[in-house]
Amino acid sequence: MLDRINKAQHDINVACETLGRQINIMEVCGTHTVSIFRNGIRSILPKNLKLLSGPGCPVCVTDQGYIDAVLQLADRDDCIIATYGDMIRVPGKEGSLETKQAKANVKVVLSSEDALELAKDNSAQTVVFVAVGFETTAPATAVVVKEAANGAVDNFCILSGHKLVVPAMRALLSEKNDKINAFLCPGHVSAIIGYGAFAEIVEEFDRPCVVAGFEPVQIIEGLCEICRQLLADKAELKSMYSAVVTEKGNIAAQKIIDECFEPVDGYWRGVGKIPKSTLKLKDKYSQFDAFERFGISEEPSEEIKGCRCGEVLCGLIEPPECGLFGKSCTPLEPIGPCMVSSEGACAAWFKYGREK
Amino acid sequence: MCLAIPARIVELEQDVAVVDAMGNRYKAKTTLLPEAKLGDLVLVHAGFAISLVDEEEAKKTWQLIAEIDEFDDTQNKLSG
Repeated sequence: MLDRINKAQHDINVACETLGRQINIMEVCGTHTVSIFRNGIRSILPKNLKLLSGPGCPVCVTDQGYIDAVLQLADRDDCIIATYGDMIRVPGKEGSLETKQAKANVKVVLSSEDALELAKDNSAQTVVFVAVGFETTAPATAVVVKEAANGAVDNFCILSGHKLVVPAMRALLSEKNDKINAFLCPGHVSAIIGYGAFAEIVEEFDRPCVVAGFEPVQIIEGLCEICRQLLADKAELKSMYSAVVTEKGNIAAQKIIDECFEPVDGYWRGVGKIPKSTLKLKDKYSQFDAFERFGISEEPSEEIKGCRCGEVLCGLIEPPECGLFGKSCTPLEPIGPCMVSSEGACAAWFKYGREK
Repeated sequence: MCLAIPARIVELEQDVAVVDAMGNRYKAKTTLLPEAKLGDLVLVHAGFAISLVDEEEAKKTWQLIAEIDEFDDTQNKLSG
């Protein structure tokens, strides 16, 4: 194992020295971000190789307008909000779900199935499932929407904030962000969509895309593969995570996403509106769409004053460049979403910020 | 949030499974992985099996999860 790490490190050093210029590789997965920091990977990389933490944490990219919509529903006595624990502390305009928990109608669930069960057990109220997450999580929501439809569970609905990774990568590159030279692509998102899904980024934007697992050796070998391609002036699609990720991904999961959802334009925190990047329930399931049921919409909201999470998510700045970082914004009292989630770039920097 | 956890299917009836991950047993569904069989190691995310996984990979991921838990614990201590 150490041999593999040493070899990859050596090859990265040689490639970066030969290239001579600044190289920026973006990871698009919160678990990669944590593993990179946790294992001190930044500290062994050459000076001209920088890792950027992109929009890879679903909590971090959820727009404040969506949070405000959830909070609005949490204020209703006829609703129960079922949410994954990750979302509970994310601040909206006024408070977070945590502050609403005193009202006892906010329940943390571990799965979408739990949310549906909650609806079956509380027929007098409507259960609104806070459906966030990337392609890894979306199929689990789709399954319960179908179950609710088949079992006529009328007091269940979802507020879909599900997001798609590839459109976000496209948007980052379309913004003429020439800082990003390559992508280290997410492992478990790719288990669903297949590594073939990144082919369009390689072909249209000429950026290497390499899927890696989460252990340090895989991440370092993934970075090494990217450096090898850059040195050869090539952009290729490659997966280093063959134990889990296939080219085509999980077809059953993709089918159920397609059956229930359609991609629409959606807001991403700090990035703004991204075409075809958010999953909306199809018309035949519209009765389970909380936006439709309660006549609410996700309004783009004002950004929090001074918070630069958006620029962090786009790889334009590093967290310490934000004036709030570590001062008024800390894991104890987070202001921006990248500090709320333990998978956020700011939270990881706060813990290991003194490392390179 | 997109991290899926390896677990072994120890009970299976139609698409409802009981899985064992690092000694913890809980319910998971195999709706998204119809080929899953009793005894298989699978990656479970948000209550659903999403992929088959081999023994070696499962062990590595369990180890990583233990490390991330440790990371979270340290953060919680830092933050309060």
